[in-house]
Amino acid sequence: METENKIGKFFLAVALIMLTLGLIFGGIASISYISPGFASSWIGFVQLRPLHVSCIMFFILIGASGSVYSGLNSLMPKSAYIPIAYLQLGLWLVAIIFILFSYSTKQFGGREYWEFPPKYAILIALAWLLFLYNFVTVVIKIKKWPVYIWMWMTGVFFFLLTFTENYLWEFPYFREHFVKDMTIQWKANGSLVGSWNQMIYGTAFFLMDKLSGNTAGSKSNLAFRMYFLGLGNLMFNWGHHIYTLPTENYIRVVSYAVSMTEWILLARIIYLFRKTVTEAQKLFHYFPFRFLFASEIWVFLNLALAILMSIPVLNLYTHGTHITVAHAMGTTIGINTMILLGACFEFMMKKNDTLVGSKVLNFVFWLTQFSLFVFWVTLIIIGLNRGMWQMQTTPSPFSSMMAEQGGLFHVFVVSGIVLMISLLTIAVALLNSFFKEIFSRKLSA
Amino acid sequence: MKDNWKRYVFAILVFSFFAFSLHLYSIKNFEYRKGYNSKLAQNGELVWQKYNCQSCHQMYGLGGYLGPDLTNVLSVNGKNATYVLAVIQTGNKQMPANNLSEDEKTEIIEFLKSTDASGVSDPKSFVKQVNGMISKDGNGN
Ligand code: HEC
Ligand code: HEM
Repeated sequence: METENKIGKFFLAVALIMLTLGLIFGGIASISYISPGFASSWIGFVQLRPLHVSCIMFFILIGASGSVYSGLNSLMPKSAYIPIAYLQLGLWLVAIIFILFSYSTKQFGGREYWEFPPKYAILIALAWLLFLYNFVTVVIKIKKWPVYIWMWMTGVFFFLLTFTENYLWEFPYFREHFVKDMTIQWKANGSLVGSWNQMIYGTAFFLMDKLSGNTAGSKSNLAFRMYFLGLGNLMFNWGHHIYTLPTENYIRVVSYAVSMTEWILLARIIYLFRKTVTEAQKLFHYFPFRFLFASEIWVFLNLALAILMSIPVLNLYTHGTHITVAHAMGTTIGINTMILLGACFEFMMKKNDTLVGSKVLNFVFWLTQFSLFVFWVTLIIIGLNRGMWQMQTTPSPFSSMMAEQGGLFHVFVVSGIVLMISLLTIAVALLNSFFKEIFSRKLSA
Repeated sequence: MKDNWKRYVFAILVFSFFAFSLHLYSIKNFEYRKGYNSKLAQNGELVWQKYNCQSCHQMYGLGGYLGPDLTNVLSVNGKNATYVLAVIQTGNKQMPANNLSEDEKTEIIEFLKSTDASGVSDPKSFVKQVNGMISKDGNGN
């Protein structure tokens, strides 16, 4: 029997609540695209966008923390210091309440993805410090780390580092030159995304070990070579966000070169595709695995897109367009969310829960994949149109370019709302079983 | 131990990362066209953040997507400070009207002057090279 994973479950439950909120805000925000100023007397796009993006970030970060706690609990039962973990979660909750309140009263002051007044970032950083402490005290006791512990370690450590770097602009020194300011901003942002990816990919690795019962893979040299490739990209590929910024040319060269190493990852996926599918057939009946398998397909699609976008010449056409949005949402939904949902099913649901594998959930799973695909492709087409527009010698006014895309924006909104409903159903199903369990325990206690 | 290579690779990567970061923090030689007040421009960037203009607008293609890139808005024919302030004051279909204080108005204009002076964000201003690179003058600059 596995020991009780209470703290991991609590983190995952809070993460799912943030996902629920984030989805609802995203759905309402998207309507601004087809109905300008929608609901703006009450809550406008200027609030909805940060509400959406921040809730989603919190879902990812708290979900990744919960997955790591759950993983640690099954490797080293009862070794994390529980009061610290609760304090960490408490700090998150206080930060979230302040942040949501400040958005709804139009108090901003931060930068992209963290638009809230910067003082609240201190709460998040403190929560993270506690996490780092808890994490280190547990893994120090584990001998011969498999690759996923390296990945978790990297994620936990680099998040704190890049989150801090993300606030260097608070010092006027870093704001003296606009170009340098933006260079550092996007360096931090790029590596920050890389660091939560490390935590989440590590979780996927951990789950695959557990589900397949084969632990050799996560200790192999090959796994480590792939990990270092990922780490190198986390550290040095961020320049592809700022190819068009008039910064030092070698920043472009370094990130172009480093980004191109990702062809190796892509080639590997293609090479192993047959094997992946054969293995998938064996485990497909198992619900958590399905989400991991879906994430692999999305890795493939998004990696191909990302590599193309990282070629500077092509980036001229994709930069600042909805192709970037397709990439951002394609990866955070297709990869991060799929893996985290897989982890939630594995760590939160009882194996005999009737919901798992039910017809409804099976349908919703496929609806999610299908609507996400339509959503993603539509964003790419919208982005391509804008990319061609921005490269025209005498482009039409911005507003007419946007107006011409009206039909596509409708497809974007409708597929987005279907996606929202299907992901909401999954989140609510998981939360429902979590609360039922807590409630029944209270009654029997 | 045969596992040591992992530690070496890790150490080298982390060292390079810190060295590269410190180098970037210390870069000083950006050449700027002048013609704006740097102190006010820096405050103006905080005004930009305070009203969350980045949720819809971009600088060098980075930001939100509902509105246009504003890096060089002040260089566009017929679009001057008066025009920009009028747009901010009244808003439009999608853009909310914002009531900036007199100081904030001066500062945000200085900020837009500074972004305009920092370079050209139009992707057409780049020369494409056969190796996939781009540059402003075809020589890697
Ligand atoms: C909710 C989205 C939104 C927000 C927030 C927003 N804008 Fe806008 N803004 C727009 C849109 C959309 C347009 C383009 C309208 C058009 O071309 O029809 C625009 C146009 C402009 C223009 C005119 C550009 C031109 O080339 O004519 C300026 C200047 C501007 N905005 C400045 C700002 C500033 C400064 C802020 C922050 C105080 C801000 N905007 C916040 C959506 C927004
Ligand atoms: C788990 C689900 C989701 C995740 C992880 C997610 C993630 C994100 C991220 C990271 C961004 C920032 C994009 C960028 O700046 O490039 C974003 C923006 C956005 N998302 Fe989502 N999203 C999700 C679901 C949805 C849904 C279901 C909708 C619509 C129905 C939606 C609508 C939007 C809109 C309108 C924006 C702003 C785009 C703009 O600036 O114009 N999102 N989302």
